[in-house]
Amino acid sequence: MSSVADRQIPARAPPTRQSGLALWIRTNLFADWKSGLATLTAVALAVLYLPAAVDWMIVNAVTQPDAGACQAARGSGACWGVVVEKYRLIIFGRYPYEDQWRPLVATLLLVGLLVVSCIRAFWRPWLAVLWVAVLAAFFGLMYGGIFGLEVVTTDRWGGLPLTIMLSSLSIVLAFPLAVLVALGRRSNLPAIRTVCIIYIELIRGVPLISVLFMASFMFPLFMPVGLTVDVLIRVLVGITLFAAAYLAEIVRGGLQAIPKGQIEAADSLGLSYWQTQRKIVLPQALAMVVPGIMNNFISIFKDTSLVAIVSLYELTGSLGLALNSDADWRPFKIEGYLFITVIYFIFCFAMSRYSLWVEGQLNRSKTR
Amino acid sequence: MTAPERAKVGDPIIVFDKVNKWYGNDFHVLRDIDLSVGRGERIVICGPSGSGKSTLIRCINRLEEYQEGRITVDGIELTDDVKAIENIRKEVGMVFQQFNLFPHLTVLQNLTLAPMWVAKMPKAEAEERAMTQLQRVRIAEQAEKFPLQLSGGQQQRVAIARALCLTPKVMMFDEPTSALDPEMIKEVLDVMIELAGQGMTMLCVTHEMGFAKAVADRVIFMDQGQIVEQNTPKEFFDNPKSERTKDFLSKILGH
Repeated sequence: MSSVADRQIPARAPPTRQSGLALWIRTNLFADWKSGLATLTAVALAVLYLPAAVDWMIVNAVTQPDAGACQAARGSGACWGVVVEKYRLIIFGRYPYEDQWRPLVATLLLVGLLVVSCIRAFWRPWLAVLWVAVLAAFFGLMYGGIFGLEVVTTDRWGGLPLTIMLSSLSIVLAFPLAVLVALGRRSNLPAIRTVCIIYIELIRGVPLISVLFMASFMFPLFMPVGLTVDVLIRVLVGITLFAAAYLAEIVRGGLQAIPKGQIEAADSLGLSYWQTQRKIVLPQALAMVVPGIMNNFISIFKDTSLVAIVSLYELTGSLGLALNSDADWRPFKIEGYLFITVIYFIFCFAMSRYSLWVEGQLNRSKTR
Repeated sequence: MTAPERAKVGDPIIVFDKVNKWYGNDFHVLRDIDLSVGRGERIVICGPSGSGKSTLIRCINRLEEYQEGRITVDGIELTDDVKAIENIRKEVGMVFQQFNLFPHLTVLQNLTLAPMWVAKMPKAEAEERAMTQLQRVRIAEQAEKFPLQLSGGQQQRVAIARALCLTPKVMMFDEPTSALDPEMIKEVLDVMIELAGQGMTMLCVTHEMGFAKAVADRVIFMDQGQIVEQNTPKEFFDNPKSERTKDFLSKILGH
């Protein structure tokens, strides 16, 4: 049987798209009976528990730094007074009270630098100069000893400045190391490959706590007498090495996803190994693993809280420091933890949104 | 081996001397390959799948290593020396079945990459050269697009332009039309025919027998890692000598 279409079917307009609140509710909340049930359950739970939470957090909360009032409201209302009373101790740890403007300025500079570094338009040679300048300013302000600033030794550094400095520096140092290790693990040279595999497997085989312990307590035992490295630097190296091993495996995942033809094409054009990696392989490999890399960065940021184990009081550690020693305020640790939770969340959420933005930028070449 | 019957267009530019290659311990993929390619000569290599034809041309720019024999390209002997390999790669352009364009770079960036980083050419000069090559393959208006925004035929033409940007003396094509939709094969073949007309030395692994008849100086038939027969296209198609060639031709021309 054969047929021939003797006229062209005229073009029609596509179906009109409906919009509006009712449609949104129907498609998103009550699409079928399962979705409707889930919506109703969620609403019921909110009705059941939200008022109590609002009562505790807002209505009955005590915002004055008044220990007596807080004590009276215990159980029915939150004591935000603890935050008002102790926030400087929580945020800056044991740093001398009257000099706390120094870590404040230093941290603002560092955060500003990190924000600038996140923007691609600023990836120019001067950014490297800016990094050197800001890091010098950071450590100059924190440590002192110049421009008449009193020396504050690293054992008194603490709180949020320490958290931000440790995590940003270990991320910045770990990332290039991770790329090299990932490339090394795929190298044709057996010696390089073996070293990289041993490094990755050794580090992944131990918890971060023990790496920090070794950096802090065991490492000095092997140093020649009289030669000491500041505990902060040892811990920074420890976190960097730890993070780099995990990052290297994420990067390797990206490297393995690059089709062999890409490398053959680069080879056939006469590009050298390093040119091929830099121009062809890494841009594509890293773009593929942005979510994994950012996941790791966020985890490094939070893992810095473990340095409390070796007596460095970053944000979490300084919260304990601030409240444990004060019998009046010790009972209100939950409020204190909620406070630093908000701080952690702000930074982590910012990182995760940045990751999404980067993915969007990188996907431009894949969209038609 | 039958000597090439047609007179060489020029002196030999690529010479294979008893080249042998094995994959692993038991797969002898290239067997005693002796081959001399003359300057300006256009050669089509055909043969059944797995006969070693792609491997043969991939040995020339060291995408594959071989275990025995010698290959010389424009007087440079192919050794493990990285410098020699890089020099040969500058003289030999290659076009792949799967295009292998760099998807994260624009068409123009794909073309300027090697001139800028291998030939150390200033950006403006590299871009000028890239645009000339894009015009040559009639796709200049797509310079700012990304490869995946182009059709298969357009991508393959960009790949040809990319290989031409280093002004190679030899162009190698590894089944350049096998991954294309039928209606796009012609636009790529047209570019290749034009290139042949301009005197480029070409080595093409292809099953496009129309192309072979139109432009080849010599057709080489390979089977099981061996050069079984080579001849002018006319002789090769009209009067094949070996049984294996006849069998192969009957399969690809039989319908």
